[in-house]
Amino acid sequence: MSAMTAAIHVSNLHKYFGKNEVLKGIDFQVDAGQVVCVVGPSGSGKSTLLRCVNRLEEPTSGRILVEGIDITDPETDLDSVRTRIGMVFQQFNLFPHMTVLQNLCIAQRTVKRRSKAEAVEVARRNLAKVGLSEKEGAYPAHLSGGQQQRVAIARALSMDPDMMLFDEPTSALDPELVGDVLDIMKQLASEGMTMMVVTHEMGFAREVGDKLVFMDGGVIVEEGDPREVLANPRHERTQAFLSKVL
Amino acid sequence: MKRSTKRYLRQGGLYAVLAAVVIFLAVSVDWGNVHRNFWTPGLGDNWHDLIVTGVKNTAIYTVISFALGLALALLLALMKLSDVLVYRWIATVYIELFRGLPALITILFMAFAVPIAFNGWRPPGGTAGAGVIGLVLVAGAYMAETLRAGLQAVPKGQAEAARSLGMAPVATMVHVIIPQAFRIIIPPLTNEFVLLIKDTSLLSVAGAAVGQRELTNVSRDFLSSGSTSSTGTSLVQAALLYLIITLPLTRLVAWLEKRQQRAR
Repeated sequence: MSAMTAAIHVSNLHKYFGKNEVLKGIDFQVDAGQVVCVVGPSGSGKSTLLRCVNRLEEPTSGRILVEGIDITDPETDLDSVRTRIGMVFQQFNLFPHMTVLQNLCIAQRTVKRRSKAEAVEVARRNLAKVGLSEKEGAYPAHLSGGQQQRVAIARALSMDPDMMLFDEPTSALDPELVGDVLDIMKQLASEGMTMMVVTHEMGFAREVGDKLVFMDGGVIVEEGDPREVLANPRHERTQAFLSKVL
Repeated sequence: MKRSTKRYLRQGGLYAVLAAVVIFLAVSVDWGNVHRNFWTPGLGDNWHDLIVTGVKNTAIYTVISFALGLALALLLALMKLSDVLVYRWIATVYIELFRGLPALITILFMAFAVPIAFNGWRPPGGTAGAGVIGLVLVAGAYMAETLRAGLQAVPKGQAEAARSLGMAPVATMVHVIIPQAFRIIIPPLTNEFVLLIKDTSLLSVAGAAVGQRELTNVSRDFLSSGSTSSTGTSLVQAALLYLIITLPLTRLVAWLEKRQQRAR
């Protein structure tokens, strides 16, 4: 990919829910290979921003380019762009009526039209990566929250995405299970995966983030090197937020 | 008086009234007449026709109406949840219309009025077939509402997960939403099936060729034929056969509902 093309490029993004303006003109960029963490108080619009990037939310106005493709253009084949963007949800959203292996294969089979053998091979490789090879026959209800989230990551990876979006991936987990999920995300980051992570895990942001974005009230208040922002927040809203969570 | 004594007396009083009613009925009923009318001995021959023709056709009509009704219901439910206003509108009008009409009227319409309106066009299967089409139309309307509720009960995150993996809307419906919706609605759907078994008895008013008659119709034949001295025995027999079919199914529904509540 050329240096000119950002993985995600958001310009002047506005999003209304009814009369409520949730995003008030966001300009934002994620470069290929970058790990960008988005933090902020609840209701700040950070999840909405993330969900706009694969258009689970319809932007009201503005432009979003994913690898140079304008996903706000109605002519764009959204499904094909989405296969390049892995998404991990707070509530895991595994398909409860399918086994772990089926969860990992269904989109490979129906979207990528992979043969069964190939899909299973890819699925097993990604399950091994998240350390859950022995669970391939289990149903999601029989897994712990941490295991479910790791399966969800493996499911997204099985589509061979160019980038991953994480929407508060550890917020629904018991504290002792958070570490396993973060470890896998760190591993992904170290392999050079482009990542946009909405999170409350400041430790993760400090350790693996290339950029930290602080949002409040639908705008980006401050952004920069995570270690820098966390140690010396310039804006008082950032200071107030960090003093509460750190 | 102690409170427990009071309760004891109150309950005892209720049982006494109940016993009095039963005794009154038992004494006032002409048992000989009841026996002659409702359990005439020597009618073992009825069972053969009731089961081989009646139960068989009841089963066939139920299964056909259920299968076609379910297909129609799925279409209607998807239309009702569609983004297209016209689809929603058509589905709503259809569902309200056929839920608002007595099933009997719909069946009579299909059997007698529609063939006249369409220049004597006859549905396959003669009058019985026409009646079954009427049942399909009604069952489709009722099951559509059940299905819609089931589809809406699947958490939104499921569709979002599928779409975020690049799955198209149709694939998302077929592989993710519909299988989960069906799991949710198996108990109410089984209930609809039981209702449908009983509603096939309405087909008897449309009339049918001898070999095509369902259980109620066959039992009515025995009722009106002079050979059995027009007793109600065949009705009792039919009633027993219906219960043999429906009771296990209603128990099954209760069990399914209980299991689903535990799973939650």
